[in-house]
Amino acid sequence: MSAAVVSDALEQEHVESHLHPEPTFDLAAHPLPTGREEVWRFTPLKRLRGLLEDVASVETLEWKESLPAGVTLTRSSTDDAVALGGTAPFDRLGALAVKNAGGALVLDIPSDSEIEEPVRLILHGTNADAIVWSHLVVRIGTHAKATVVVEHSGSTTYDAFTTVLVGDGAHLDLVHVNDWADDAVHAEQINARVGRDAQLRQFEFTLGGDLVRTSTNVDYAGPGGTAELFGLYFADAGQHFEHRLFVDHTAPKTVSNVVYKGALQGEKAHTVWVGNVLIRKVAEGIETYEENRNLILTEGCHADSIPNLEIETGEIAGAGHASAIGRFDDEQLFYLRSRGIEEKEARKLVVRGFFDELIRKVTIPELAAKLSGQVEEELQRHVLADLA
Amino acid sequence: MSTLEIKDLQVRVNTEDGPIEILKGVTLTINDGETHAIMGPNGSGKSTLAYSIAGHPRYEVTGGTVTLDGEDVLTMSVDERARAGLFLAMQYPVEVPGVSVSNFLRTAKTAIDGEAPKLRTWVKDVNGALEKMNLDPTFSQRSVNEGFSGGEKKRHEIAQLELLDPKVAILDETDSGLDIDALKVVSDGVNRFRERDGKGVLLITHYTRILRYITPDRVHVFVAGKVAESGGPELAEELEANGYDRFLNASV
Ligand SMILES: Nc1ncnc2c1ncn2[C@@H]1O[C@H](COP(=O)(O)OP(=O)(O)O)[C@@H](O)[C@H]1O
Ligand SMILES: [Mg+2]
Repeated sequence: MSAAVVSDALEQEHVESHLHPEPTFDLAAHPLPTGREEVWRFTPLKRLRGLLEDVASVETLEWKESLPAGVTLTRSSTDDAVALGGTAPFDRLGALAVKNAGGALVLDIPSDSEIEEPVRLILHGTNADAIVWSHLVVRIGTHAKATVVVEHSGSTTYDAFTTVLVGDGAHLDLVHVNDWADDAVHAEQINARVGRDAQLRQFEFTLGGDLVRTSTNVDYAGPGGTAELFGLYFADAGQHFEHRLFVDHTAPKTVSNVVYKGALQGEKAHTVWVGNVLIRKVAEGIETYEENRNLILTEGCHADSIPNLEIETGEIAGAGHASAIGRFDDEQLFYLRSRGIEEKEARKLVVRGFFDELIRKVTIPELAAKLSGQVEEELQRHVLADLA
Repeated sequence: MSTLEIKDLQVRVNTEDGPIEILKGVTLTINDGETHAIMGPNGSGKSTLAYSIAGHPRYEVTGGTVTLDGEDVLTMSVDERARAGLFLAMQYPVEVPGVSVSNFLRTAKTAIDGEAPKLRTWVKDVNGALEKMNLDPTFSQRSVNEGFSGGEKKRHEIAQLELLDPKVAILDETDSGLDIDALKVVSDGVNRFRERDGKGVLLITHYTRILRYITPDRVHVFVAGKVAESGGPELAEELEANGYDRFLNASV
């Protein structure tokens, strides 16, 4: 994607979407939230453990990376990283990460390359109390094809700003595995720009941590781009997992497809899903669908699910959304049990089946197997343990 | 051996407006190897009888007994009943998204036999059972009942009957909504099951047409939560000719 295309996209007639403040790197424009703001009202601010304060920290996570030939990961100044393009931070967390990370890492996948093996960034935290700021740019050149997996584990108080630049005609699968220890805090803003006829498939798997709050914001640098955003989360007692999505259809003939599914179990497990889609006046002929389903496995959990569609042109190919919060379906359990299957096994089948559609989309077989194993472990911990 | 004995079964369903008595004392014995047809108008309580025997949590048994070969069925959990040898082909089979037919069948077979089936013969058995039900092999990769046509759902129920091989099968309006070809396929499946040694069948139906393909040993007319009259296959012929009017008027 050329710089000219990016600025064209930015210069088109600006329409304010009521849920989205102006993106800017300027921290002063993102004041400390009170917690009553629409974008903050679900987040327990105290549990961000100081991530909203402007404090310096030189701490980092442990990084291990596996870079197939042709792929590079290089340090860059903040200014140079910002100059690569992409949308500025929408909120204070994003602005703080950029300001305090002391530069960025840039992952580059060259144009026209087809990288078979997944690019892996394996990030591990060893200190729950240490604040870690991070700024990453993932850039895939025109007509390239690659899979990037970012794996998170361990203990930390972590705030990341990640820019994703998908070049024209490129295909990027970007997988985030958030499998933190119980005391970790993770905030992240992922701002992706999808090039002309490009395809971004993002997966988020959030399985552990005390608080995880991610916002993914996607816009399009040209017509014909597709963004598929898939997520799976499994919240246990006391955990707060919040996934915020914003797809800004800034170009005609673009497609977005958002599917997030979550399960909750245990006292005070709380999940939030906010799916905002804005279809701008220029975005004729676009197609969008967003879906969020939550399965409440035990008493005392709470799921919030808020789809929001704003349409500024009547000339669209399709727009839809679905949102549901439900318990185990007694009829499904009865059907399975009437075939001799014990209650425990029946519940396992239903939950596995619930997530199956998402796990099946993961093209890396080891990762898919690992994820279904983790879902099973989560189940074992609660729903099935109670039935022993 | 398989004898299903239902004695004075009374069942109610709890609704927001309070409990409703549905079964008002049902008595019925299916002896070893017998097929009984239960015929009755809509709303007479046929499905309630089927669900109550299978142990659906919505139905509360307030009186009477159900035994299978002398064992008290009513104290068993839903899955225990299935493992004891009861099978219910449902009037409205339930969708289980993301669970493939093949995974479902293998899990059920393993549960009922207490051990996993031998892989090689099992695959052959499944494909054979599906084929006999006119279901193509890709069917086993689909999610259980999801997006199945009405006929596919019913044929899938009978494929399960063949594979799970219970002692007593309760078929709740398996014939409803089937075209004539599907009705024959389903009837053939049920008849193959009946040919096995000592299998009992409780065939619940609203219409007489399935009785042209499956000849029952006994026919019970079911009205307002009770057996109104029992007889041989000739009772079905009378229903075919005259409908339920005689029984409906008698019960008022
Ligand atoms: N869950 C329920 N809630 C309220 N009424 C019910 C429920 N299930 C069955 N009934 C009532 O019980 C009666 C018998 O229903 P059912 O057993 O389904 O009859 P059939 O299968 O013979 O058509 C009907 O009047 C029906 O409305
Ligand atoms: Mg019925």
